[in-house]
Amino acid sequence: MAKITMREAISQALMEEMDRDPAVFIMGEEVGVWGGTYAVTKGFYDKYGPKRVKDTPIAENAIIGGAIGAAMVGQRPIAELMTINFAFSAMDYIVNQAAKLHYMFGGQFTLPMVIRAVGGGGRQLGATHSQTPDSVFAHFPGLKVVSPGTPEDAKGLLKSAIRSNDPILFIEHATMYQVRGEVPEGEYTIPIGKSKVQRTGKDLTIVTYCKGLELSMKAAEELSKEGIEAEIVDLRTLRPLDMEPVLESFKKTNRAIVVEEGWKSYGVGSEIVSRIYEEAFDYIDAPIIRVAQKEVPLPYNRTLEQAALPQVADIISAAKEVLR
Amino acid sequence: MKKEQQLDLYYQMVVIRRAEERGAELYQAGKIGGFMHLYIGQEAVSTGLIAAREPRDRVITAYRDHGVAINCGISTKEMMAELLGKATGVSKGKGGSMHMASTEHNFWGGHAIVGGHLPVAAGLAIGDQYAENDNVTICMFGDGATNIGYFHEALNIAKTWGLRVLWVCENNQYGMGTSVERASAVSDIRQKADGYGMKSAEVDGMDVMKVYEASKEAIAYVRKNSEPYFLEINTYRFRGHSMGDPERYRKAEEVKKWQQEDPIGIFNKYLLDKKIATKKQLDEIEARAEQEVNEAVEFAENSPEPAMEELFTNVYVDGN
Repeated sequence: MAKITMREAISQALMEEMDRDPAVFIMGEEVGVWGGTYAVTKGFYDKYGPKRVKDTPIAENAIIGGAIGAAMVGQRPIAELMTINFAFSAMDYIVNQAAKLHYMFGGQFTLPMVIRAVGGGGRQLGATHSQTPDSVFAHFPGLKVVSPGTPEDAKGLLKSAIRSNDPILFIEHATMYQVRGEVPEGEYTIPIGKSKVQRTGKDLTIVTYCKGLELSMKAAEELSKEGIEAEIVDLRTLRPLDMEPVLESFKKTNRAIVVEEGWKSYGVGSEIVSRIYEEAFDYIDAPIIRVAQKEVPLPYNRTLEQAALPQVADIISAAKEVLR
Repeated sequence: MKKEQQLDLYYQMVVIRRAEERGAELYQAGKIGGFMHLYIGQEAVSTGLIAAREPRDRVITAYRDHGVAINCGISTKEMMAELLGKATGVSKGKGGSMHMASTEHNFWGGHAIVGGHLPVAAGLAIGDQYAENDNVTICMFGDGATNIGYFHEALNIAKTWGLRVLWVCENNQYGMGTSVERASAVSDIRQKADGYGMKSAEVDGMDVMKVYEASKEAIAYVRKNSEPYFLEINTYRFRGHSMGDPERYRKAEEVKKWQQEDPIGIFNKYLLDKKIATKKQLDEIEARAEQEVNEAVEFAENSPEPAMEELFTNVYVDGN
């Protein structure tokens, strides 16, 4: 096992898949000559050239709409949105086209495409550039939404996403590119739509994903010092949602919290809690608590921004609350 | 163009007209649901345009797509069955009037978001450019679509990247009930192509042969020069925007004036004047078209509803 960063993991996945399949190409703003605004595609332009690493105009409809069209005629585009906040400019293409064209035409069109997008707050970018709107996209059948929390998962899931014949929104977190983790040597993939227990414990279940995983792992270490062992289930894919590991863990611990970076209202936590109520009601020993972002547009000021985002301390106190 | 092909175009136009007249009746009878936008009056546009393509050239259009579907080679039966939402419909009854497509016939839909399919059309051409072939994508849209942002992003990237797209604006004078003059900064729509350094032309959309000639040239230009081209085809829809249109925005005299320019009537006269066909021959073609439409309606009405399992098929390819 090699220890690499999230950035390297994603970059390796892209490169390995481009080497494997000539139908795979990248298109997006500043992905080529610039090397990607988060340097994920650094060196790609020199290696693959302008045909396979396409710098686009700043035109999100053309980027996602273009990728849809290219996918319809058999290519395997990876469209990059500089940030997921720009996905709103291309909303029609993501939810109204990519998510629907296969179904609406009776299965005639397939859209083997990946939309890579960077989300998340914590970089003082202000309200319009700091959002975690994952649940919005996970709302739509026809789209798959993947958001990994470790380099190993990022690499394996992205490779699977590129090989998938469905449109997949792959959400990365802007503050996690330097996160390091063990990654298997050589070729591997991780299936889309499988949640994973990232830490075992007997006292409570923490359901989370992406940035929430990083925070929850830290919180679990602190809780462990006090003799509380949290089991952490990482969703990894928001749609299709794999509830099996969540329910299995919950039936053991009977107590849970859900940690996400997005807003609490109508969020991922709302879905998870509802599903536990529907599918494991008899196992509930305490109200399930959601740890999420405060219900405000994210402010620029660092102190205010951090106050709005979920923190390790919030997770610890929520965990203690459900164990009371 | 050979005589046989001209007569075939006449046949296609009459089939479209009769099929839509029957469609309107079936809609009034409650057998067709949702929105339905008739192509009546505009038949010469897609008939002439699509006759000019090679089979490898792709076609994509907006929601006024029944005629385009037939011109692309979808059977009248499958088109009619889709209108009735039947399992035998070209989109298995899941798309309806606005969402017909057939990859087999290189017809990429039937898209209902105004202007939404233009970036997708650019994408089809990106795919072909990537595959290094010289296919042309023919993208049809209404005048109303030229005012939305998608249009401008699509034209810009098409020119910048040298995509083989023939942009075809079917100017039927109204975006729903708002006239071109009330909605567009320039009433001469092809001027918009100038802003993207794109060559353009304008043609009378009531004359199928003129449409054919202009389209042939335009497609050849796109293929040869590996760059987009903008063709504005002027036409008029005789019926309302959709089936529920009160038509308060235009006068009966205006409609009547355009109806004197009926594209089928014009072509009928052309074929007689040029002695390409006799009246008897044209009458026979019309009778044959009528027969085809009758059979299509019968087929559609007798076709089964989609099986309930169809509700959950085609959501994903790789399972959910």
